[in-house]
Amino acid sequence: MSNIWIICRKELKSYFSSPIAYGLMAFFALISGYFFYMATAIFVTRGLESQMMGRGMPMDVNEWVIRPVLMNVSVIGLFMIPMITMRLFAEEKRSGTIELLVTSPVRDIEIILGKWLAALMMYGCILLTSMVNLGLLFAYGKPDWKPMLVAYLGLLLQGGCLLAIGTFLSTTTKNQIVAGVGTFAICLLLWVLDWVSAFETSATSKVISYMSVVTHFEPFSKGVLDSKDVIFYVSVIFLGLFLTARSMESLRWRS
Amino acid sequence: MIKVEGLTKRYARTVAVDNVSFEVAKGQIVGFLGPNGAGKTTTMRVLTCFLPPSAGQAEVAGFNVTADPMEVKKRIGYLPEVPPLYPEMEVLEYLTFVGRLKGIPKADLPARVKSVSERCNIADVGAKLIAKLSKGYRQRVGLAQAIIHNPEVLILDEPTAGLDPKQIIETRELIKSLAGDHTIILSTHILPEVEQTCEKVIIINKGKVVAIDTVNNLTSRLRGSEAVAVEVSAKNGELGAAQVQQRLEQVPGVSRVVTRSGKEGHLRFEVESLQGHHIRPEIARGVVDSGWNLHELHAVAFSLEEVFLELTSTETVAQTKGAAQ
Repeated sequence: MSNIWIICRKELKSYFSSPIAYGLMAFFALISGYFFYMATAIFVTRGLESQMMGRGMPMDVNEWVIRPVLMNVSVIGLFMIPMITMRLFAEEKRSGTIELLVTSPVRDIEIILGKWLAALMMYGCILLTSMVNLGLLFAYGKPDWKPMLVAYLGLLLQGGCLLAIGTFLSTTTKNQIVAGVGTFAICLLLWVLDWVSAFETSATSKVISYMSVVTHFEPFSKGVLDSKDVIFYVSVIFLGLFLTARSMESLRWRS
Repeated sequence: MIKVEGLTKRYARTVAVDNVSFEVAKGQIVGFLGPNGAGKTTTMRVLTCFLPPSAGQAEVAGFNVTADPMEVKKRIGYLPEVPPLYPEMEVLEYLTFVGRLKGIPKADLPARVKSVSERCNIADVGAKLIAKLSKGYRQRVGLAQAIIHNPEVLILDEPTAGLDPKQIIETRELIKSLAGDHTIILSTHILPEVEQTCEKVIIINKGKVVAIDTVNNLTSRLRGSEAVAVEVSAKNGELGAAQVQQRLEQVPGVSRVVTRSGKEGHLRFEVESLQGHHIRPEIARGVVDSGWNLHELHAVAFSLEEVFLELTSTETVAQTKGAAQ
């Protein structure tokens, strides 16, 4: 357990001692801020419109602002993942420091969990920047915080499973760019799989759409905590970390 | 302390290490000598549990590398060919991280970091980023990393590669000072290094152990036949080299006489004996009896370099013969 924490701390430090952490956080803050602005702008115009029409339709901040913003945040997250995970193992393999880790009295799984946890915390820090915007809503209105919490849990779970896949891809190569591009391709694929369901209703399309990470995020964005989706995410995390462990083991047989 | 038996490591198409066996006693410094690609690094990687062996056994401090890798790893300090450093870390921060990783108790850690950085002469760069260090300092930080948990066995892969002569001497001194407390295996393809630092040498070529012995024994074993330098001149008048050579060849026990270039009209020869013959008195008598002046007569030591060349090149010949058959 303490070994996991040692590795995790070292990884976090190396994120924050390079510009990458700050760059990602700034970029993410900018984009999510833009989406937040759009969503509130729409909310305000619609609110005014419905008042002018004289039909005082009840409008919900959660429904109109928080949900679309977090839905977008989940998609931007897909683009952040490769940049977080690409260096995890590729960098260590290239510089040879992997030899230090592997010849230290630390289990492979501790190295993997440490690194994945650090990536997850990094992702969490990036997500935090989007909370600043939503915090503003609390200053001027009374949004419900519980569905928001569920949505953030969903974001973390979704991030966690993509990060696990990214960690796996990072062990397969010495080249960070290759690891990054590969992870990006898979993230993109897992996102667009969901689009099939828009024009197909066959069983196959249902299965395909079920495999998309975004499909499973939708209930979270509505504040619905469904065990089905949690299990999906957790099992993908397990799969990713399991593949990472296998890949690390094969590294020893091949290198 | 280290016991390797029939160790073999195969890659997809090549055999990197072929049936290697050796033992290293506690507190010894052993040199692992061989040309590039001989299988030194692979053997070391097996000993550090980085690679699993394809066949055979390796034991470090009584623990098998495949059965008890955790116990082995606790007792080993390893400096790979390229020191495993994180450029974005400061030296002290790095050593602290490695110390934690190696399981040093929290309370002892600052003291350990301090003592290894003094021992490796890196105390003055403690607050520097590793990225900004020179090659020599990096190598020393690498060494400090390997000894921080006071391991019983130290495995150093080409510890002086790429250093300047002054740094090489310092590193060698440092390694020598570590012997006794630690059992050390160091690999190199530089001969003088083995001569100067190691008690025992394992010569490896193309994945096979060619010779294991002390540096002295190895030199004299090859010398079992002795080589003698002789310098002769005529008392008066001319003297032909062929004449002298003929006389020397008549001395009992001489296997070969080679003419070398002499100075000031002296003739110089190198005479090799058959194994177990002491030819120097006979040569002296032969020269003087023939009425020539004997200027010089002494045994020539085969340097380890020659041993190495001889061992590895005959091995190559034997192997190509084997392949031809």
